[in-house]
Amino acid sequence: MALTKKITRSLMLAAFGVALATPSVALAQDTGASVNGLTGNAEAGKRDYRRWCVGCHGNEGNGEGENAPYVDPRPRDFTEALFRWRSTPTGTLPTDQDLYDTITRGVVDTLMPTWRPLTPQTRVDLVAYIKTFSPKWQTQKAGTPITIPPEPQQTIDSVLHGRQLFDQMQCWKCHGPEGRGDGPSAITLTDDKGEPLRPYNFHDGTRFRCGETNQDLYKIFMTGLDGSPMPSFADSLKPQDAWDLVHFLRTLQPNVQSESRNVWLEYVKTHQGQIKPIGVESAGQ
Amino acid sequence: MRMKFFIFLGVFGLASSAMLVTAALPAGGTITGKVTFTGTPPKMRPIDMAKEPYCQKLHNPPIKTQDVESGPGDTLEDVVVYISVGDQASTPASTPVRYDQKGCQYVPHVAVMETNQPLQIYTNDPLAHNIHPLPKQNAEWNKSQPPGAPPIDTKWEKPEFIPVKCNIHPWMHGYFVVLKTSHYGVSGADGTYQIKNVPPGKYTLTAWQEHMGTQTQEVTVSGAETKANFTFKALPY
Repeated sequence: MALTKKITRSLMLAAFGVALATPSVALAQDTGASVNGLTGNAEAGKRDYRRWCVGCHGNEGNGEGENAPYVDPRPRDFTEALFRWRSTPTGTLPTDQDLYDTITRGVVDTLMPTWRPLTPQTRVDLVAYIKTFSPKWQTQKAGTPITIPPEPQQTIDSVLHGRQLFDQMQCWKCHGPEGRGDGPSAITLTDDKGEPLRPYNFHDGTRFRCGETNQDLYKIFMTGLDGSPMPSFADSLKPQDAWDLVHFLRTLQPNVQSESRNVWLEYVKTHQGQIKPIGVESAGQ
Repeated sequence: MRMKFFIFLGVFGLASSAMLVTAALPAGGTITGKVTFTGTPPKMRPIDMAKEPYCQKLHNPPIKTQDVESGPGDTLEDVVVYISVGDQASTPASTPVRYDQKGCQYVPHVAVMETNQPLQIYTNDPLAHNIHPLPKQNAEWNKSQPPGAPPIDTKWEKPEFIPVKCNIHPWMHGYFVVLKTSHYGVSGADGTYQIKNVPPGKYTLTAWQEHMGTQTQEVTVSGAETKANFTFKALPY
């Protein structure tokens, strides 16, 4: 009898020990991830996170890793579940695919490299693990990706209308009349944590932080970059207007070959002195 | 056993009739009071709107920052006083709360609303604003509102004090105060506030000022009017 009791007790102790040793926190918040038919495993993602990501993003996922003080812009804080690069409307969580794409692509002009060398399965596991850092993933669903209609032809009319919108929507207040990221409000911009932030410089830049295609550009201003000063224009721009704006924005990029820039340069040649400067009239009112 | 059942029925009956009585109670009393401060408040600085000439011309002399709005007799404006504990008879509000962007300023500076109450954000300026609330509990968003844009219809699901800013005009700063209760008041220019239709009972009142934080006190509402004054301690910068 005494022996049975003893065995039972040691068994119970052992079970308790196992329960303590199992990192149940991550699993408890595991909401999974699914990208391209692959299913993410947060436990596996945790191992890879601790190997590749922890240095900057930190043990707690709060962007306070040991390298963080030397990283500018600062590493993303996953505990806030606030992500710039989404296909979903402002105020909603990104899709698993969005997070996967950011890991895959890396973030241009920052210390976040591309993680393409990791296998797709590893990247999906990392997505699953990143989602355990904020309880928002348990209570909210990812937003529905915005619809991007097919791109219309790049014409001078569309470029000129886009230019008018750039002026009216006052994109130049931050991005500057020539898109050099030097508008009157540029110097005061900060992210949500109060860290200074520069608006995108179209003139020098070729790729954007979240992609390089016209669709990516469309997505940036129609979803907004949550956590940054860049708002969403989805309520103020119709899809056709948005494409016109994309076409105009391409004319600001001398280092990117585009049909829009070609038609614009042709137009400038034949309309010397007739082009109204951006931002002048609206600023003086 | 039977006896127990009857006792249970009796108690249940009493409880439900008590609940009925509470629900049928007349409108209830009013909580009023004055919000003041002691000490030296931070100085409100004039806002330089030189970067937005349209707005600069509207405000001559320039308006001041509104973190602490004090009046004669050390009164405080825009302090939100609300029932934080004990409220049982709140009715969800359906009238929309209006929030304006006017002359590069938020009007009102502090907008109070209930959870899930419709909120409409208007722009009256001939220039673009972006409206960027910074909640922690609710979902953060950031939307552009160019001149002539229709109002943004939204609401907040969880109670929270939400700072609001415009990134284009960094001096624009306000608050959405989202409460679980319909029993609240906001202090006016003379520092007084009023909370109407409070049923008799014991409550905890909380007063919130964006710069000076919160204060609480217990009140018992029995008659028509209950007094509750708040005195904040001013924290200079």
